[in-house]
Amino acid sequence: MSSASTGTAGGSSRITLAKALNLGLRRAMEADDKVLVMGEDVGRLGGVFRITDGLQKDFGEDRVIDTPLAESGILGTAVGLAMRGYRPVVEIQFDGFVYPAYDQIVSQVAKMRARTNGRTAMPLVIRIPFGGGIGAVEHHSESPEAQFVHTPGLKVVACSNPVDGFTMIQQAVACDDPVVFLEPKRQYHSDKAEVDLAAPAHPLFASRVLRRGTDVTVAAYGPTVRTAMRAAEAAAVEGTSIEVVDLRTLSPLDLGPVAESVRRTGRLVVVHEAHVTLGVGTEVAARITEECFYSLEAPVLRVGGFDVPYPAARIEEAFLPDLDRLLDAVDRSLAF
Amino acid sequence: MPSMPSGSTQTDPSDAFAGAYAQGSPEPVQLLTPEGERVEHPLFSSDLTPEQLRGLHRDMVLTRRLDTEATALQRHGELGLWAQSLGQEAAQVGAARATRPQDFVFPTYREHGVAWCMGVDPVELLGLFRGTDHGSWDTERTRMALYTIIIGAQTLHAVGYGMGLQRDGVVGTGDPDRDAAVLAHFGDGASSQGDVNEALVFAASYHAPVVFLCTNNQWAISEPTERQSRVPLYQRAWGFGLPGVRVDGNDVVAVHAVVSAALQRAREGQGPVLVEAFTYRMGAHTTTDDPTRYRLSADLESWKLKDPILRLEAFLRRNGHVDEAYLTALTQEADALGERLREGCRSLPDPDPLSMFDHVYAEQTPELAAQRAAYAAYAGGFEEEQ
Repeated sequence: MSSASTGTAGGSSRITLAKALNLGLRRAMEADDKVLVMGEDVGRLGGVFRITDGLQKDFGEDRVIDTPLAESGILGTAVGLAMRGYRPVVEIQFDGFVYPAYDQIVSQVAKMRARTNGRTAMPLVIRIPFGGGIGAVEHHSESPEAQFVHTPGLKVVACSNPVDGFTMIQQAVACDDPVVFLEPKRQYHSDKAEVDLAAPAHPLFASRVLRRGTDVTVAAYGPTVRTAMRAAEAAAVEGTSIEVVDLRTLSPLDLGPVAESVRRTGRLVVVHEAHVTLGVGTEVAARITEECFYSLEAPVLRVGGFDVPYPAARIEEAFLPDLDRLLDAVDRSLAF
Repeated sequence: MPSMPSGSTQTDPSDAFAGAYAQGSPEPVQLLTPEGERVEHPLFSSDLTPEQLRGLHRDMVLTRRLDTEATALQRHGELGLWAQSLGQEAAQVGAARATRPQDFVFPTYREHGVAWCMGVDPVELLGLFRGTDHGSWDTERTRMALYTIIIGAQTLHAVGYGMGLQRDGVVGTGDPDRDAAVLAHFGDGASSQGDVNEALVFAASYHAPVVFLCTNNQWAISEPTERQSRVPLYQRAWGFGLPGVRVDGNDVVAVHAVVSAALQRAREGQGPVLVEAFTYRMGAHTTTDDPTRYRLSADLESWKLKDPILRLEAFLRRNGHVDEAYLTALTQEADALGERLREGCRSLPDPDPLSMFDHVYAEQTPELAAQRAAYAAYAGGFEEEQ
């Protein structure tokens, strides 16, 4: 498979997150013929979100595998394929469908390297379209990342834009540890960005400051990065300078840039769609408090989904942390 | 790379499994009666030599000694737990000896006879139960995965491994030294697990080279097989679209014959088979279990008459394949194994606490490195005080 034939030779183009992920997967499959893509409807259909569009046509049915409709079966067979030397990239169709595979992920995938004393690697990528805001029926809008961050042996990352989608998926596939790869599904087809296919990649397990500011630090990941950037723009109009950090990696957490930022701003708000209690924000708050206690001018605040089951679509906007709820937290931090 | 076949059930009349599939007899395949009489079966035959039969007998005798010694070691506080294999030696040894060097085996946590045959050092087998590791044998050298405690989870791994064999082009090539298959063990209790059912679905769908060996020892701790299934377990196979065969699990010759044929069929690219080895758990579920609370001692007594070792021994004696000198020497070998196990178990080293941090990730995270360093400093402080 020549790269020319798949249109990933290089250059720069304005593409969606969905296309960026598709191109990234294509690159990963070209780079290593042990890379497989497997999941429900990933083959002929190209996935319900079309992330794997065209891959089966170009790489064949043995490398892009339509599976029976059973998530534990998908993960369990991926484990066996990995034991045989393959690098499966598993697609979980929607966040809320990952739970039937939870045992295989937590008891098998995550523990395999440790329990075999390093003999057996699990170079799996578990792609999960996550988050809400698409008006879906129940179980299609969840943010289950904390379950996996709480599981030693897994690494967990979230992309927030087409540039990261293109590079991070390739880095995740190349990683010898199992990676839960979260994709903000509401952005798949909405945002376009200029992606330089030849540009050097930011490290996978590193957060990144997206906007400099001086008054309050906002840490976000996945779909709330866009919210944070918009909040920063709105706040700037009113004279408040927000620094935005895209966490990008949730396990391991890379809080160096956040701590550095908080030492300057003295204030931190963490925002995610996941339920607030014991969410990623809780860990960020604890660690920043430990590390930056004397720099903090206000308690670290968390903004996220309420501790309720994800609500029906007509009221999901009330559940999701939007620009106003984030700015409200910024104001509370400043007023403390 | 082999193309994916349609997955339809084979109807080749020369295929014993197609025959068994059509016949659907709940009468287990038997080639050696409980009295040690060699009998024939219309679909499955065995041409094991006296030397091979002596080998199977030796494997079973040593497996039983391993099991007995490990049970005693648990009673003496040297093991935290032991899952007894007593009475299941034929199902395990017969199956394991049907594998070829290129095959791969996925065990439960009770396949001590399989481990023995695959070349796992019996002392290494004790580590999991002593608490010094989670299984330490070299899975590539032994061609056997580590024990799996989560019931049935390994059957999916077996199917995935088989899918890997298909993609590696080592199924159905016609080269007997190259074509490979996977042997997946599970029990009657596991037959209710979603993972086992999904494994059967995936294997059938992809025509994966997997032999599912359900060791039906009739008890899932305290629950009889009737709590798991209203039909004989081998008949479950039909609904998934693969052949199912029930074999006398206490007849090592029959188990070897059926699993050999099933593995060969899988290697040739003819797809998965479910074999139910019908046996009886002579011991407790584990050393923490008390079977007198839920089953009759009369059952145990009746199954003692079907003992897998005694029946092969009766056959070997009657046909002059073993004599007293041979059996005495074998007992001495078992005694030596027992001694090695006792000494080996007690001298298994406790791991360095810091080793728990070592293999969580291929690339250790900064957080974990920091936790490790902090614990090392903390623990080191105590050593200085002493």
